[in-house]
Amino acid sequence: MEFKRVEITQEADKLLQELKQQHGEVIFHQSGGCCDGSSPMLLPKEDFYIDDNDILMGEVGGVKFYMSHDQFEYWKHTHLTVDIVKGRGGSFSLDIPTGYRFLIKSRMLNDEENKNLNS
Amino acid sequence: MDIRDVNFKNISMSYSAPKFKEKYGNFINGKFQDPIDGKYFENHSPVDNKLLAKYPRSNEKDVNSAIEAANNAKHKWGNTSAAERAGILHKIADVIQENLETFAQMETADNGKSIRETMNADVPLAADHFRYFASAIRAEEGSATELNENTLSLIINEPLGVVAQIIPWNFPLLMLAWKVAPALASGNCVVLKPAEQTPASATFLAEKIADLLPPGVFNVIHGFGPEAGKPLASSPNVDKVAFTGETTTGQLIMQYASKNLHPVTMELGGKSPNVFFNSIMDHDDAFLDKCIEGAVLFAFNQGEVCTAPSRILIQEDIYDEFIKRVIERTKAIKMGNPFEESTMMGAQASSDQHQKILEYIKIGKDEGAEVLTGGDAAKLDGDLANGFYIQPTILKGHNKMRVFQEEIFGPVVAVCTFKDEAEAIEIANDTMYGLGAGVWTRDAHQLYQIPRAIKAGRVWVNCYHDYPAHAPFGGYKKSGFGRENHLMMLNHYRQSKNMLISYDKNKLGFF
Repeated sequence: MEFKRVEITQEADKLLQELKQQHGEVIFHQSGGCCDGSSPMLLPKEDFYIDDNDILMGEVGGVKFYMSHDQFEYWKHTHLTVDIVKGRGGSFSLDIPTGYRFLIKSRMLNDEENKNLNS
Repeated sequence: MDIRDVNFKNISMSYSAPKFKEKYGNFINGKFQDPIDGKYFENHSPVDNKLLAKYPRSNEKDVNSAIEAANNAKHKWGNTSAAERAGILHKIADVIQENLETFAQMETADNGKSIRETMNADVPLAADHFRYFASAIRAEEGSATELNENTLSLIINEPLGVVAQIIPWNFPLLMLAWKVAPALASGNCVVLKPAEQTPASATFLAEKIADLLPPGVFNVIHGFGPEAGKPLASSPNVDKVAFTGETTTGQLIMQYASKNLHPVTMELGGKSPNVFFNSIMDHDDAFLDKCIEGAVLFAFNQGEVCTAPSRILIQEDIYDEFIKRVIERTKAIKMGNPFEESTMMGAQASSDQHQKILEYIKIGKDEGAEVLTGGDAAKLDGDLANGFYIQPTILKGHNKMRVFQEEIFGPVVAVCTFKDEAEAIEIANDTMYGLGAGVWTRDAHQLYQIPRAIKAGRVWVNCYHDYPAHAPFGGYKKSGFGRENHLMMLNHYRQSKNMLISYDKNKLGFF
């Protein structure tokens, strides 16, 4: 059985595929802090510098999902689902002009998931 | 202006949203201009989700036109005398003050925060920041140092030129003032992009001050981050980028700036600890009452503040007694129509923000946090039923939980206890951020030593959420860098020109 840290809802995946068509290769980076933070940001792949300070959490809808290492330390016991909600953010995320925002829904990893993913 | 001066007793004034035009333009080169491609977006009020007005959905063309106007204006504006610039900044402050009520109503309509906050904090503070920087530039000077008997070093301050500024939606007019006032004061031209959730007050200000500033000195571009923010932040034709927002966009803007080798300042949020030592309970007096309010300030501005005291740390021997009083006071928070002056807490700024906060409350519960009060959306009646309201919420847990580590940006506070000073400092500093902190104590040693040990740019001691001009504000760690609200910000918007003058008639002798 495959264990995943991050998954995506059908509705979110539909929007994601549309945005991929429009913008080409993209990545998710989970943001922290302030007004539009604590949200996943969808960015053109070549725009955002990824290095060893970022953790690859998994892939959803063919898009890599990253989080900074220090943030990951506080998130690693939870499972994430990328969903969408009507709204608008002030960031540079590519979903903003669509009138929808990607949103993270979280739950605790169960014991088996925790054992497989975090040990 | 100090928000503590305000007496809210027996107030029952009621206000309403000001009248908006159907649509507005970008403010470029001293005039309102339609977006070049003719696209607009709708701006709805979080109070009741009703349409306020349409604003330009600008793109690179509009942005470049604003940057060009600013570049054309920079030479002349950069060479005006400090006296002239100060005079104009004072007039801008007058305009804000004369239109205080309209600005306050506009901020409440646009952002959802209560009118008592916009009337008494946001708008008067914005005016004061313009006055502060107007005054500061009259009183300062460069320097002259005789390095030896024949060599003089002169340091002259010069403006950078054109500054790009991207501001958030939580204090639309006040964040504008924090950024625009020092940039104009130091002789720069500005291209400002307000948050798309709150475009109203920047537009209204541009309308009111259009005749005060030469064309091109102050420009406002509306639109979405990927379409208007990105070309502004990555333009080689601006000289600096100032940003308030979240960490990922912060990193992105720094990357763009690195390509152009442009300086940046960043204010990127926090997860501020508010630490209560046991001596606060030594007496049941006015000070204890102030401490209780200090804990409940997590609900100020619906918690949508970068420095929100969103972690409460209470010394364990006073926990039961103190938290009881804090819960009582939290339950007494009056929610309702943000336009009523008796309303203490208004609407969250947007539907996505509302949803995100509810998700955090849920994961907090899943992680095992105990809900001490609140814990859900607030359902209001009538038109307000369509607005975005959350009950002020206190969660008890431990500092490794996500609700203790992530900026929720809502009226949700996470509470834990500590044994002694060492543990208080350890928990306070166990965070990615370092923007604000609060320390509450009657102990004279603690009130100096604990703030020194906390890694944050602003530590409020026996107070919280006070933002006077001339008290520098900015982050440690992932909360960013730069110090706003203080004359040291002028140097973040300037170059230091050094003239090294020799009075020696003799050659060096090398050649």
